[in-house]
Amino acid sequence: MKREDIILVTKQFLSEEFEVDAALILPENNLQQTLDLDSLDYVDLVVVIEENLGIKPTAEDFKNIETFNDFYNLVEQRLNA
Amino acid sequence: MEHRVVITGIGAYSCLGENLDMILESLQLGRSGVIYDEERKKFGYRSCFTGMVAEPELNPFLSRRQRAGMHQPARFAFMSTRQAMEISGLDADFLNKTETGIIFGNDSTAGAIVETNDKVRLKKDTTLIGSGDIFQNMNSTVNMNLSTIYKLKGMNFTISAACSSGSHSIGMGYLLIKQGLQERVVCGGAQEINMFAMSSFDGLGAFSVREDVPSKASRPFDRDRDGLVPSGGAATVIIESLESALKRNAPIFGEIVGFGFSSNGDHISNPNFDGQFRSLNMAMKQADLTPADIDYVNAHATSTPIGDSTEAEAIFSVLGSKVPVSSTKSMTGHECWMAGASEIVYSLLMMNNNFVAPNINFENPDEHSAKINIIPNYMEHQIDCFLSNSFGFGGTNSSLIIKKFKK
Repeated sequence: MKREDIILVTKQFLSEEFEVDAALILPENNLQQTLDLDSLDYVDLVVVIEENLGIKPTAEDFKNIETFNDFYNLVEQRLNA
Repeated sequence: MEHRVVITGIGAYSCLGENLDMILESLQLGRSGVIYDEERKKFGYRSCFTGMVAEPELNPFLSRRQRAGMHQPARFAFMSTRQAMEISGLDADFLNKTETGIIFGNDSTAGAIVETNDKVRLKKDTTLIGSGDIFQNMNSTVNMNLSTIYKLKGMNFTISAACSSGSHSIGMGYLLIKQGLQERVVCGGAQEINMFAMSSFDGLGAFSVREDVPSKASRPFDRDRDGLVPSGGAATVIIESLESALKRNAPIFGEIVGFGFSSNGDHISNPNFDGQFRSLNMAMKQADLTPADIDYVNAHATSTPIGDSTEAEAIFSVLGSKVPVSSTKSMTGHECWMAGASEIVYSLLMMNNNFVAPNINFENPDEHSAKINIIPNYMEHQIDCFLSNSFGFGGTNSSLIIKKFKK
């Protein structure tokens, strides 16, 4: 999957699941703050990532993710591994 | 010091209507909420009937996080509680600053549990279930969701007492307020309506298979009844001390004056005259009333052959043959965990609009129901005081008496 496709798909499923404006899901924006995630929401985040992208990030992975760009890097790395 | 306990808010989301105006109209017209559900037959049910309510649309009212932990019992209970809160004049700001309890009746979460475990079967990984399912799966689902949404800060627990759950929830709230331990309690009952909830009950052969006309299937007290019709939804009854109600100028729909209860200590599913008799008597003694003071009885009668006969004998023994009696389950079907609360709402609508809702489909009495005064058609009638019965599996019985409020 190309990076632009990952971004397109991610914007769609995250905006639907977390009910946020897709326009706010910008590469440089903070993922946790933009999606307003609490500890329970991270459980749902893993579920929708697995459903839509076929990978399952761990708690350790999320420690290194601040922005959406960080997240796209992780997805790209996993899908192309 | 004992406190008088009054009802200051009511709401219901039922097969008779999704709000009180619709429900009042159904009660007056004797309109049934029972449908024929073909899916149940395909699934393996013996009976195809159910009362039906629509899945409520919660997005306009609740956030994603608030909705995540809700399946049918909590969704339905939110709809009825929202109405009751509004009628009672209670808002989030007031509730956040005061101590309001919640005691709700609920006795299953079958639909939610089936859906959760289907996900695990598919993915073989519990971490892909999602965060909301645990709060949908637990029997206290209504309490945990509503207490969080409304920021309730008083007593908070669930009553599981089979088909008496809703009635006992009001009774327990009544006792707490009467003793001065709570000022206000949100009581009620919720009943899921999906087919996973009732398959094992259907398997006992307790449901009606009178398949010609759905609205004729539930026929409490009628000689030719052949079983109950399952149903569901939710009802909310907000109760509080008279002092609190007057202080905030809340509407008062009635005053609770008696709560009788008993356990049969007998068979797990069969009713028992002695248990019902003791429950009725206890409520009457507590309220210090005579049979002539009771203007209406909302019977538990579910349309099963043995249950209705036993209740008819208990009503006759305690209250005699004259008091008007009807079972609104003739229209709703059996709302099970919700019934004890919804039937208080239905009876309050009757009391405040001067009528008795009909026991539809009562065409011929049997030897037991012939002893009491069953009302088959809409009847204008002044009700100043009514009694409502609820009896459940395991022999758990509850009888509530409510009077029109007088200072």
